[in-house]
Amino acid sequence: MATRHIISIGDFDREEIDRLLDHAAQIEKKKYDENALCGKILAVLFFEPSTRTRMSFESAMARLGGTSLSVGSVEACSMAKGETLADTIRVVSGYADAIVIRHPKEGAARLAAEFATVPVINAGDGAGQHPSQTLLDLYTIRQSMPIDGIDIALIGDLRYGRTAHSLASALSLYNVRLHTISPKGLELPAAMAASLAKKGMEIIEHDDIKDVIDTVDVLYVTRIQRERFPDSASYFNVASSYRITPELLAGAKKHLIVLHPLPRVDEIDPRVDASTHARYFEQSKNGVPVRMAMLMQVLQ
Amino acid sequence: MTTTESAENEGLLVRRIKNGTVIDHIDGGEALNVVKILGITGTTQEALSIATNVPSRNMGRKDIVKLTNRELSKEEVDRIALISPRATINIIRNFKVCEKKGVEIPTLIEGLVRCPNPGCISNTNEPIRSRFKVLPEGLHCCYCDWVITRDITGHII
Repeated sequence: MATRHIISIGDFDREEIDRLLDHAAQIEKKKYDENALCGKILAVLFFEPSTRTRMSFESAMARLGGTSLSVGSVEACSMAKGETLADTIRVVSGYADAIVIRHPKEGAARLAAEFATVPVINAGDGAGQHPSQTLLDLYTIRQSMPIDGIDIALIGDLRYGRTAHSLASALSLYNVRLHTISPKGLELPAAMAASLAKKGMEIIEHDDIKDVIDTVDVLYVTRIQRERFPDSASYFNVASSYRITPELLAGAKKHLIVLHPLPRVDEIDPRVDASTHARYFEQSKNGVPVRMAMLMQVLQ
Repeated sequence: MTTTESAENEGLLVRRIKNGTVIDHIDGGEALNVVKILGITGTTQEALSIATNVPSRNMGRKDIVKLTNRELSKEEVDRIALISPRATINIIRNFKVCEKKGVEIPTLIEGLVRCPNPGCISNTNEPIRSRFKVLPEGLHCCYCDWVITRDITGHII
């Protein structure tokens, strides 16, 4: 049987996504074998900073009875001596039963899958793919409402934000209306919008979140990165107009949920945390059952 | 211009070769790019003739490339389709056309085009060749999903 890698959400069809999310729901209800991956080793190769993704993969592995091996910091590994990623992957394949990788270069996980003799899971490659984040985003939506038929707004940096791209791509498999709100210059790339429209997705662009706050069922907020702006003043000017506040949410549907891949900076007012709309910490927590389901898929 | 003059001029432009490959019906102005795609450089040993902007009844103007003592493989030939899908290939042996074929757009091209995405892993020192799927909208990088929609020749390695 061919080695099963998880590199891009685009490699999944809807049935596969639903099956994996169903499995994650069972895991959340504690219906799983705590020794399912006993004796298995996961190599955690993170060449970029991470808190949630890295720790939730390690937590997921531990909850299934397996263990994790970490490469430590980039400075501490052979990559610092100039070793290629291809060689690192070939070597690590001999030490572990699966590899989870985060790398600053786009396509790094696909390269890793070519050289690995064990399954590879992509935990984010530059501005490219981040499939486990997308799966947990979908899982969190599904906890509150069926995905089919919803209106979802993506707000923030939709040009460089990999989580927004992956999520939009996955949502095109469902019957969803997509609303986009982003600062000038950080809009959803035209090629991506065209590709989604081709798959039958309705995409509506808005200038102001207020125009659509009473319509949407899900508000997916992404971080607007300060480095995309020429100076702090223009950043704060833009960021403040994209800030989610309790006052804004006063006009929202009762069941609206607010999601954010985290870390957040100024995008969501901390006062929103206590509202019934806030789901971003729940979303982050969902990373564990979803990643447990992913690990079981590639390791069993 | 009389028919004889025309034939004489054409004779000068496209002299017959004994053995090798004649690539005809190249879109006007693309001959140098065809040569680039074939990897023919200043150090190549084969004699090479290029005629550009030759009048053509069907194409208006066309380019012709003649390569002596080298028969192109199907993989090499199909790469030409990326920039000149109407090109025809004639394999010449002892002054006779032994094979005549069109070019087919390949479904996958490797090591021919550089990914324009500076953040793509294929633009590093990794031991891989660039790889693109040929789709109706353009060339799709198999590593980073970047799509080249225009100026393919500008990205040839």
